Amino acid sequence: MNRPTKQNYQRPTHIDDFPVGPQFEAGHLADTNAGWRTFKPVIDHEKCINCLICYLVCPDGTIIKTETKPDVDYDYCKGCGVCAHECPKDAIEMVKEQR
Amino acid sequence: MKKNKLFISGDEAIAIGTKLARPHVIAAYPITPQTIAVERLSDMVENGELQAEYMHVESEHSAISAAMGASAVGARTFTASSSQGLVYMAEGLHYASGGRFPIVMMNANRSLALPWSIYGDQRDSLGLLDSGWIQVYAEDAQEALDMIIQAYKIAEHPKVLTPIMVNIDGFILTHTYEMVEIPEQEAVDAFLPPFETPNKMSFEEPKNMGFSSQPIDNTEFKYQQDRAILYAHKIIEQTDAEFDKAFGRKYHGMVENYRCDDADQIIVTLGSICGTTRLIVDELRNQGEKVGLLKIRYMRPFPEKEIQELTANAKAIGVLEKNISFGYEGTVYTNVNSAIAKTGKRPYLKNFVGGFGGRNISKDDIRKMFTTLKTQEKTENTVEYFNLNVATDERR
Repeated sequence: MNRPTKQNYQRPTHIDDFPVGPQFEAGHLADTNAGWRTFKPVIDHEKCINCLICYLVCPDGTIIKTETKPDVDYDYCKGCGVCAHECPKDAIEMVKEQR
Repeated sequence: MKKNKLFISGDEAIAIGTKLARPHVIAAYPITPQTIAVERLSDMVENGELQAEYMHVESEHSAISAAMGASAVGARTFTASSSQGLVYMAEGLHYASGGRFPIVMMNANRSLALPWSIYGDQRDSLGLLDSGWIQVYAEDAQEALDMIIQAYKIAEHPKVLTPIMVNIDGFILTHTYEMVEIPEQEAVDAFLPPFETPNKMSFEEPKNMGFSSQPIDNTEFKYQQDRAILYAHKIIEQTDAEFDKAFGRKYHGMVENYRCDDADQIIVTLGSICGTTRLIVDELRNQGEKVGLLKIRYMRPFPEKEIQELTANAKAIGVLEKNISFGYEGTVYTNVNSAIAKTGKRPYLKNFVGGFGGRNISKDDIRKMFTTLKTQEKTENTVEYFNLNVATDERR
C-alpha cells in the first residue's frame, strides 16, 4: 500500500538550504509520533474477520491493510482505543505499554 | 514617439498600473478612499479588457486570504485596501509575508477609528510596519502607477519573495486628477516577465504548504524573512534603474535627494506632502536659504545608509509625518533618529506630527518648520504637534 514512510530529514546547516517559507515536499514524515500512548491495540488475528471497521474508524490512519489481516503502525498509533471499542468481534485488546 | 497621457485620479492610475501588470487574480473589498481603484479593475475584468479572476470577497480578511491562496501556487495577485480594512487584514499580512507570497497591495492611507474618519493620514500602514511587508509611499499618481509595475518585479524576485504595499495618500492622491503617462502594454510585458513560483501546484512535485514550526526552526524562518527584505534594497535600486531605461522615469530607489547636498536644514518626509515641501524648498532656496527635502520612498526595507549619508552635514533635521505612536513619538522619526544616532553625530532633531484625519498641511506650516529648524528653537519635547486649533498650556 502507498503509505508515506518515515524519511531521514537532513536539517540544513546553511540558511541558503532552508526551505523558502514554510513550504516543503508533501508526504515527508520527518519523525515518529506515538510517545503519548499508554495502551496499545493488539489485534488477535485468530478472532479477526478482516471486516476493516478498525481501518475505517482509526482517526490517525494507523491501521494497515495487508493481504490477510490488518496490522497496527505503532510508530504513529496514539492508543486512543477507538478500534478496540468498535471491533465487532472483540479481536482488539488494549494492552498497557511496558516502559 | 507620441506619449499616451490620461487625466486621471490616483485610484485610476493604480487600476491601470495593475491592469498593465496582468494579474491572474484580484481579490479585494471596497473601502473609501480605495473604492475607485477596485471598481475600475472590476470594470476591466467585466468588459474583457483584463483577463483575470476578480474575486468578490466578503471582507478584507477574506481578500488577503484569497490572494494568498492564489499567490501560493504561482498566480500574480493583487489586492487593495485602506484604514479599517487594512487592520482587519492584519492577521493575513503576517501570514502572507511569512509564507513568502509576493502579493502586491495598494493601500489608500486613511485615518483609523475612533473617532471615525474617512480622511487621510498614515497611521494605518505605519502601524503595520512590522508585518513583514515591503512598504513604499508614492508622491503622485504617476509614481503610484509606476510603482505597481515595479512592485511586482521586486516582490517576485526569487531572492525577495516578499509582498509589497504601495501606499498613496487618501483623497490627496486617490481622488485628485493629474496628467499621467500610460506605459505601452508591450513595454510592460518586456519589463515584467511572468511570475515563476518555487511552489507550483503539481502532481509531479506535491508540496506541503504553510506548515507550522517548532522552536528548533522558527528563528531560522524569521531570519530568512528578514534577510530577504534586506536583500530587496538592492533589487529596488536595480528595478528602478531598469524602469528608467525602459520608460524614461526614475524615482531614485530608496529615497530621493532633493537639494540635500549642501543643505543646513532638511525635512525628511514621505507621501504626497513631499510635493508641497519641494515647493517650499525651492522658494527658500531662491531666498538664499540652504534647505533640502529628503523624500523617504521605502519604509521597509529602511533606507538607513541613504539617510545617514544625506544628513551627514546638516545642522538640523525635521521629520514630518501624519502619524504618532501614542505615548512616544512618530514611528518615522524613531527610525530616522536611530539611523542618525548610529553615526555618532547629534544634529538638532525635531518630529513634526500632524495632518491627522485629513487636516491639510499648508505651505505656511512647512515654512514654519524650516524656521524652527533654522533657529533651532529649544522646546521641551522632540515631538511637535503643528497647527493645533487649541491652546495646550497648563491651566491654572
